[in-house]
Amino acid sequence: MTTSAFADLNALRDAATRELDAAVDAAALEAWRVAYLGRSGKITGVLRGIAAVPADQRRVFGAAANEIKVALEQRFEARQADLERGALSALASDAIDITLPGRPVDMGRLHPTTIVIREICGIFQSMGFQVVEGPEVEWDKYNFEALNIPKDHPARDKWDTIWVDANKDVEGRFTTLLRTHNSPMQARVMETNQPPIRVVVPGKCFRYEATDATHESQFFQVEGLVVDEGVSFANLKHTLYEFARRLFGGDRKVRFRCDFFPFVEPGVDMSIDCFKCGGRDPACRICRGSGWIEIMGAGMVHPNVLRNVGYDPARVSGFAFGMGPERIAMLKYGIDDIRLFYANDIRFLRQF
Amino acid sequence: MKVPLSWLADYVPLKLPPVELAHRLTMAGIETTFVPGKDAEWGPVYVGEVVRLEKHPNADRLRLATVSIGGETLRVVCGAPNIAQGQRIAFAKTGARLTDSHTGTPMTLGAAKIRGVESQGMVCSERELGLGNDHDGILVLPPNAPIGTPLADYLSDAHLDIEVTTNRGDCLSVLGVAREVGAITGVPVPEPSLDYPEGTEPVSSAVRVQIDAPDLCSRYLAAVIKGVKVGPSPEWLQQRLKQAGLRPINNVVDATNYVMLEYGQPLHAFDLRQVRRDTIVVRQARPGERFTTLDGVEHTLQPPMLLIADPERAIALAGVMGGANSEMTEATTDVLLESATFNGINIRRTAQQLKLRTEASTRFEKGLQSELAGRAVRRAARLILRTAGGAAMRGIADAFPAAGPANRLRLSRSGMTRLIGTAALFDGIPGRAPGAGEVLRALGFAVQQAGHDALTVTPPYWRSDIAIEEDVIEEVARIVGYDNVPAEPLAGRMPATLTQPLRELRERVKDLLVDAGMQETISYSLIGHRTLEQALAVGPGKPEPLRAANPLSREQEYLRTSLRGNLLRTLAAALRVPPGGARIFEAGRVYIPRAEDLPDEREIVAGALAGTRGDSLWEKGADPFDFHDAKGVVESVLARLGLDAAFERAEDDLLHPGRTARITVDGEAVGVLGELHPLVTRTFDLTVAKVAFFEIDLNTLQPRVPWLTTAFKPFSRLPSADRDVALLVDESVPAGRVQRFLEDHPLVRRVALFDRFVGKGLPAGKLSLAYRLEFQSGAGTLSAEQVNEAMSSLLQRLQAETGATLRA
Ligand SMILES: [Zn+2]
Repeated sequence: MTTSAFADLNALRDAATRELDAAVDAAALEAWRVAYLGRSGKITGVLRGIAAVPADQRRVFGAAANEIKVALEQRFEARQADLERGALSALASDAIDITLPGRPVDMGRLHPTTIVIREICGIFQSMGFQVVEGPEVEWDKYNFEALNIPKDHPARDKWDTIWVDANKDVEGRFTTLLRTHNSPMQARVMETNQPPIRVVVPGKCFRYEATDATHESQFFQVEGLVVDEGVSFANLKHTLYEFARRLFGGDRKVRFRCDFFPFVEPGVDMSIDCFKCGGRDPACRICRGSGWIEIMGAGMVHPNVLRNVGYDPARVSGFAFGMGPERIAMLKYGIDDIRLFYANDIRFLRQF
Repeated sequence: MKVPLSWLADYVPLKLPPVELAHRLTMAGIETTFVPGKDAEWGPVYVGEVVRLEKHPNADRLRLATVSIGGETLRVVCGAPNIAQGQRIAFAKTGARLTDSHTGTPMTLGAAKIRGVESQGMVCSERELGLGNDHDGILVLPPNAPIGTPLADYLSDAHLDIEVTTNRGDCLSVLGVAREVGAITGVPVPEPSLDYPEGTEPVSSAVRVQIDAPDLCSRYLAAVIKGVKVGPSPEWLQQRLKQAGLRPINNVVDATNYVMLEYGQPLHAFDLRQVRRDTIVVRQARPGERFTTLDGVEHTLQPPMLLIADPERAIALAGVMGGANSEMTEATTDVLLESATFNGINIRRTAQQLKLRTEASTRFEKGLQSELAGRAVRRAARLILRTAGGAAMRGIADAFPAAGPANRLRLSRSGMTRLIGTAALFDGIPGRAPGAGEVLRALGFAVQQAGHDALTVTPPYWRSDIAIEEDVIEEVARIVGYDNVPAEPLAGRMPATLTQPLRELRERVKDLLVDAGMQETISYSLIGHRTLEQALAVGPGKPEPLRAANPLSREQEYLRTSLRGNLLRTLAAALRVPPGGARIFEAGRVYIPRAEDLPDEREIVAGALAGTRGDSLWEKGADPFDFHDAKGVVESVLARLGLDAAFERAEDDLLHPGRTARITVDGEAVGVLGELHPLVTRTFDLTVAKVAFFEIDLNTLQPRVPWLTTAFKPFSRLPSADRDVALLVDESVPAGRVQRFLEDHPLVRRVALFDRFVGKGLPAGKLSLAYRLEFQSGAGTLSAEQVNEAMSSLLQRLQAETGATLRA
């Protein structure tokens, strides 16, 4: 009997070992565990049945059964680890084509003009400027007269105007127009505010102008105005220099040359040194070999402009500037035709 | 204006290389480009004369030519058949850089022995000079070509191309540019000679001048030269006019044009015999007065256009063009030479109204000083005597009703410091720049010291643009250069905050739309009437768009009253670009007319979606965008703005009548959304079945946007319970009503529609809506019983309200 009990125990061990070695996946392994080591498993059953073993042999039998249980548990864990290793190594053959394109996320984009206007305004805002906008359809009074450009002044040639077929003055001339620049906001801001003034004015402008690669009848401008006591050309220079360095890079050089706008005196335009060729390429498409790129007009606000809005030019002074965001976008992105901006070709817009 | 370098050099030595000179002028405000002559590279090639021709001792077809180039006589061998004694020719000395006539490549002329005779240079053909392809013979120059002149100078059209700003009319003249060059290079520019021999008979015996419109003509001068012989101008004069871009006419007219180019003062020569009753009258045109200018065009004039007339008839359109009835002819012997100062604004208006802008009118309109007229007339009289002969009468008739006061200005050290930010420009910078007084003197200003820290200055007679101290300061700054001004950071008070909530909202909405996957577009504010019609934006009940008085084209004629037309056109174009499909929007202004006021510029945002959702997925196709895509975009944007939007069925011409919703916020309509009407889809040639569209009026929306778009709501950490429910509802019951009802229960946190089913297995007229409801209480964990109870009471009330029943 005793011998037979021991023999059964050994047979059980051999069967369990054989079956364990034959388990090839996690499910078979689990089934084996339940069958042998589970709560009602065979090994557990053997240990529970120890009462039937003669008392003098119980100790030996119990030790032998327990030894087999521990051995099977260890073998089970080893087998489990083996199988996991095998499953993990099989992952290598479960491969995907990682060169397929990513699942696209359809992101929208802003128009390049918006991007550049925000960049320009952001720089000035960090210098304490406020951003304001004004009407796109304007009175002659604000677009020209308040800016020291009376009717029939030859300087009006600089701003070929699209007139609106609506209001007329006593002489029968149109008084409403599509603003030719953002400068009318100079007068509007000063009329309703007192110095100190620091504003930038982004917005749409219009010219009666045939379109080509560098001219558009509709375009944007960012105009700026600073008025306070003691504002000088040296302040203009510093402010615009800072701006140029932030927009085009910290090692930019700037240059001011004399220019004429009736609403400033002195008037200048500002160039930056060519970031493309540094003036070393006579055939450079950006600077045409001059080494310099004109980016904006500027100047000290003309005393007549200050007087027109009721400011005292003996007490306050200021400077104004204006630039074209499309031109800046063209320079920054290497766009060679301004007509691309408002033709809204999706192949253009999707690039920004 | 073209300023030939050879002419400029008459007044001022050109010490700088032309490219550098052009740059310096540009920096000083006179935008200048140097245009090199095409012959600038020749080297020693001169105008020569063939003084003797002999046979070559050793060759039949060659000859020996002796050529004089002024101080020097040289002998060359020449094979050209057309060479003749007495000719003026182009003579190249050894070292000249020419073109090899056989190979067409550049070559440098060396000394040569031809058939045993030494040749000391070459008589050149056009081809050898690179001027043309002719090599049949030598280039023969006009008989008056100046012997010994470098050919480059004689033929050169090397010039400065000058674009003046409107304040610098003085630089529409060679002398004006010369004075700028003088100021920049520190060389004084002397005044040309104005002297000429005068007769004994006074000019007053031949002509009397009467100014009837002194506000339009401040000065009128007339000189008289009798006995001229009208004919072609001398070669040098013709050459100069041509180099400056003017066509030679005859020796008298050419002389007046020459002085106009030289001084910037337009002049006019009348045939004195055509001036009746020996009287010049300067008067306004009468209403409807007809006058034929010398180009043969008849004009109908109106006051205050200004005429030069005699007592009987008009003879010139003042400051613009002479009359056909008094122009110089071959038969003219006596000349009345006019030099006057006209009101620039009036000349400009006249020229614009008659569409007759001339060299004269573009100079007058910039405003000329009356002293200039007095000098130019003497200069021109001197030149006419030289080119056309004759004799000048004594004196000059000079009607000068009101000479203005001298233009004296004060330039102070403190004014300079205040405007520019440094006194250095007033004081001068040692080693780099002279002081203000010296700079101004170089520019022709009369300068007097006025105390220690100020100057009294008078601008020169040729400048019309100096009126205030700031102008004088600019003169100094532009010559010294802005590089010499320091840069100082802005100091002082910060400005008050100016807010523009509408602009800020527009920019925020643009960002949100981009976040929602939409592409921004910007289109033209001016559009064609056809585009408005196509977008059904004109017609009864819709605003009449404003029109441009001078439109650039029919396509850019009206100020848009709607963004719709442009948006759909852009969409149509985008759909034609592979792979098709686009989600675009524009945020911009429309212009709604208001009587006697500027239009109401409203900020509108409009968007359109076409193509398929997940267009760019490579895995599988997807469904086309429809109403609910547009609605989803609108809902998301408004929700992010902190707004609770509602949607009601509505109508809109542009949209599908059954698929249109009005967007309301706080009961106010702020926009519309829907699918495009199929007819509109066809009109715009949109190559898709469905286009989803939305439009929001930001002006209406803006006051409703809360200051705080986000308010944190505490969330319960207690567990929640989900219940799914399928409801059978009448097709006529809007799902929105069911959802709002479900949401309106205190224990319901969230309601999500996860299925909508119509068709098989459902009773007729019914559809199924399946919702997942999330129950949660802030007070404690809900038991299953509490949830079930809430659910059944909710469904009971829902049934009473909407007729919805639980789907079996
Ligand atoms: Zn460059």
